[in-house]
Amino acid sequence: MSGTLTVVRAGALTTVQDLGRPGHAHLGVGLSGALDRPAHRLANRLVGNPAPCATLETTVNGCAVRPDRAVTAAVTGTPCAVRVDGRPVAWGAAVRVPAGAVLDVGAAVGGVRAYVALGGGVAVPPVLGSRSRDLLSGLGPEPLTDGAKLPLGAPCGPSGGADVVPWAGPPARGLVLPVVLGPRDDWFTAEALRVLSGGGHRVSPASNRIGLRTEGPALARAREGELPSEGMVLGAVQVPPDGRPVVFLADHPTTGGYPVIGVVPEPSLAAAAQAAPGTPVRFVPVRK
Amino acid sequence: MSAPAPRLRALPVGRHALLVEAATGDDAQALHAELLRRRAAGTLPPVREIVPAARTVLLDGLAEPRALAADLARWSVPPLTATEGAPVVLPVRYDGADLAEVAALWGVSEEEVARIHSGLEFRVAFCGFAPGFGYLTGLPERLHVPRRATPRTAVPAGSVGLAGPYTGVYPRSSPGGWQLVGRTDAVLWDAGREPAALLSPGTRVRFEVVA
Repeated sequence: MSGTLTVVRAGALTTVQDLGRPGHAHLGVGLSGALDRPAHRLANRLVGNPAPCATLETTVNGCAVRPDRAVTAAVTGTPCAVRVDGRPVAWGAAVRVPAGAVLDVGAAVGGVRAYVALGGGVAVPPVLGSRSRDLLSGLGPEPLTDGAKLPLGAPCGPSGGADVVPWAGPPARGLVLPVVLGPRDDWFTAEALRVLSGGGHRVSPASNRIGLRTEGPALARAREGELPSEGMVLGAVQVPPDGRPVVFLADHPTTGGYPVIGVVPEPSLAAAAQAAPGTPVRFVPVRK
Repeated sequence: MSAPAPRLRALPVGRHALLVEAATGDDAQALHAELLRRRAAGTLPPVREIVPAARTVLLDGLAEPRALAADLARWSVPPLTATEGAPVVLPVRYDGADLAEVAALWGVSEEEVARIHSGLEFRVAFCGFAPGFGYLTGLPERLHVPRRATPRTAVPAGSVGLAGPYTGVYPRSSPGGWQLVGRTDAVLWDAGREPAALLSPGTRVRFEVVA
């Protein structure tokens, strides 16, 4: 029992995401996939989907979709109002959407990205084993547009039955990101390391799925010159010539020529994906 | 007399990756080939990504990066050899927008640029910038040219360019700063094809003049 999902309101940027396409970085194809992976997994679990099923990742102002068959849906990630045909329903829980009804995911409250899982998943054709839209490489389905239609897969099983959804809430004192120093921390001055951990940075509005950009004091280099292109990992904190650290997220380039002062371990990246522009950022260097 | 083993330095990258630095670009390509041999032989610990670059190879998704780093210090990596099999041949019309500029930099005629470029054998050192974009080495140093001072906002798909020690082909239309000498109809990247990338690290490449 597959079906079709019609996009009623695409929102600022809503993309199809799953767990990404590992194993292709040597071809210039990055990992991609949901930025807040725990939220993506949880949404799938609530509707009885396996974790690799594709969800919708919204940005800031949600989206609205209309399935042509009855479907179990769940919205996780940033808290937001969820409505079915205008009637409020639970966020972070499996809800029933009748055939032809509109599931509306409202504006983000305290976070940035919501994840919308639908029983059976969004069944667009995979590209290199993944349905994720990679905004840097252009692989995967186009971001949603009003009126677009997306195939729904057949439901896989009963919903997971989780009835309590953990949400830490927006961090009270801003975003705290541990940074394992290296491989190029020796390209920076000791003062730069103090600046990095000084808490003077904020999330820049120029942040996107490629990277969490920051505003604030510049990190001074201890050495000049260019770094020959080298492989980049998820969570790498790259420092471009303007000195403001950029934390690489799922759609990051596979190689780069600016020095990486350290790496944010993956478990902390979900919080980075939910940090709104202006959120204070404190990097906490961790010795190798 | 045996050649000295290339010096390798393994830098930790986060908690699950290593960046292995080689002394030269050739040594990095030799290390990449050795890593692929060891992975095929089942003697490399499980790793999600092996990403060669200009002078390094990144190993990402390792359970025990420190153990591998210690092991790497004892590796003896054989130098790159002339590999078996036929190279990928890319037919090129040498009519690029920067052909005259490259001819002037090389101090030869435009026809000579085509003859020289198509007479060399290249090797994909690494990919990046866009899916299927290979950085091909094999240009002698006297033929290295700088990037354009002002990058183009749109370079057509199939454009064959030069920049620094590299030559390469744009898999799709994109902005770019390489000096363009020609264009090929070969499809460098097709996500629906297996393999999607015509060129991957280690692939040997030749260009062929077509009218």
